[in-house]
Amino acid sequence: MSMGWTLATRQGVRLLGQSALVAGAVGVLSFVMTRALPGDAAYRIAAGRYGYDRVDTAAADAVRSELGLDQPAWQQLLHWLGDLLQLRLGDSMVSGDPVIDEITHQLGHTLQLSLAAWLLAITLGLLLGSWVALRGGHWSARWIQPMCTLLRASPAFVLGVVLMLGLGVHLDWLPVAGHGEAINLVLPALALALTLLPGMTQVVSQRLRQVLASDAFEFALTKGLHLPAALWRHALAPLALGTLAYAGMQLVLLVEGVVVVESLVAWPGIGHALVHAVLARDVPMIQGTALAMGLLFVLLNGLMDAAVQWLDPRLREPAGRSAA
Amino acid sequence: MSAMSPAAIKTSPAQLGRWGVWILLAVLLLGLLSAWLGQDPAIQNLDQNLATPSTTHWLGTDHLGRDLLARLGEAVRVSFWLALGSALLAVGLGTVLGLCAAWQRGLTERLLCLCADGVAAIPGLLWVLLVAALAPGQKWALYSGLVLTAWVEFFRLVRSRASMTLAGDAVQAGRLLGFGAPYLLRWHVLPPLWPDLLRLWSYAVANAVLAVAALGFVGVGLRPPTAELGLMMTEALPYYDEAPWLLAGPVLLLVLVVAALQSATRPHERERAHERTPVAGPGPAYPPPAQCTSPTGSHPAGGLQFCPERR
Repeated sequence: MSMGWTLATRQGVRLLGQSALVAGAVGVLSFVMTRALPGDAAYRIAAGRYGYDRVDTAAADAVRSELGLDQPAWQQLLHWLGDLLQLRLGDSMVSGDPVIDEITHQLGHTLQLSLAAWLLAITLGLLLGSWVALRGGHWSARWIQPMCTLLRASPAFVLGVVLMLGLGVHLDWLPVAGHGEAINLVLPALALALTLLPGMTQVVSQRLRQVLASDAFEFALTKGLHLPAALWRHALAPLALGTLAYAGMQLVLLVEGVVVVESLVAWPGIGHALVHAVLARDVPMIQGTALAMGLLFVLLNGLMDAAVQWLDPRLREPAGRSAA
Repeated sequence: MSAMSPAAIKTSPAQLGRWGVWILLAVLLLGLLSAWLGQDPAIQNLDQNLATPSTTHWLGTDHLGRDLLARLGEAVRVSFWLALGSALLAVGLGTVLGLCAAWQRGLTERLLCLCADGVAAIPGLLWVLLVAALAPGQKWALYSGLVLTAWVEFFRLVRSRASMTLAGDAVQAGRLLGFGAPYLLRWHVLPPLWPDLLRLWSYAVANAVLAVAALGFVGVGLRPPTAELGLMMTEALPYYDEAPWLLAGPVLLLVLVVAALQSATRPHERERAHERTPVAGPGPAYPPPAQCTSPTGSHPAGGLQFCPERR
């Protein structure tokens, strides 16, 4: 029991440390960004607020004095980090709404999309991977590997464009953009899932092949279990473990894919907001969205590790006892 | 067990590698030749916009009448220049810091590992995006962002491998014989690293090409007059109906280049699946300071995880 606690505490501490690193890095970068951007931020923000045609010096000056853009740098930095420490992310310079409200709104959309993509990738990966491992000689299995090579080389935005034009424009099966209805989720989720698919398929097939070749599995068959029963009893656990561990590694791909795919289909999530904030030089919003994505990434990684440890009994018990 | 023939997924690495090298050479040749022999990628000819492929414009022209082949050539030069350069800088930085950490141990190593973990705690594209946002459209910002994310992988590889070598018998014997640091590095530490560094380097190049294209695609990377693969896709999208080849060109080129670069890293893939799951019990002989690989330390493209080899 005490082993489990120390492990959990250590992981908690590491999680906190990583979160602090992410927050610090994002905070300082965002602040440097406000200082280093060329041109007058006040004009850009005024343009973002009132439209490009209605910006004049008076509007820019009003923005400048309202947002305190004329204070010295060190004051602004102290102010900045103090706010970050209290998780006061400020208001968006474009819309004027609190960043935290916008992020909580967007986070739901992003989570929905990533979860759908992730589940889709795992399901397809399990199916294709098992098919390759079990029926390697079948003609369809021979096609899976070249397809995986092709998919692996295709970034999420290329897949998104191809799916958009293929399924959306030519076949007219799916809406190319928009949100709110379940059907709108299909295209971006599929584009993201396809980027995750090759790795997942490979890991599943590899893992399953290892299990099939193991003595334990051969013994299960020898003692008279049917193949499905033997798979269920003896292949499921190692397969689940390997897949989950690998799925954790693929979070990077998922997060990076979310940024571009959301921008492509105008999905109102965090990635979309981040790109638009960068374009509009809306630094509080850049900071908030980057922080949310970074923290989400750290948290999901932590969860994935915890899940792997929870599933793997070898990691819960001290090494000596399980070996004995 | 007749079902499990490994033939289905078998790919001969040597064959793939050669295929990849030829593709890369051809693409580089396109980039170089079009710089001297081809047309100017920036010259507009509005009489000739969206022209179909012909003898004067082999791949047709875009919405401003610019030659697509010339623009693809420029995009290749821009992409490769950025990617090769940043990957090279990252190799240098990662190797030097990794050797530092392995050699000095103690506080230096802890600090460097902390930095590496901090960088790895945020997905690579996000870093590049944030750093590129410091100076929109500037190449140096893209370079710094790419180097910042890429050095971590090299650092981790070099650190773990070098600290193993440094603790080994050969280096001990060399030290007893009185050889200095440069000699030990040159003859004992670096030689076994080259193949892996090369492989990781080609992976970093592929990642950089992808990152630059992704940023260009969403509009926060390089700025429009430059021909860049992601940017060209965005520009071609509205004209998809009239001129589908405008979109097909950069898409095919990007996929081809990345596939060719990735084929060089292929041999390693087999081993990586089970290296990830940590196994308790009579574990492998990790190098003594094993605190550096965090769970977030996965590769920017969800790829390789370099654990020390088990022999």
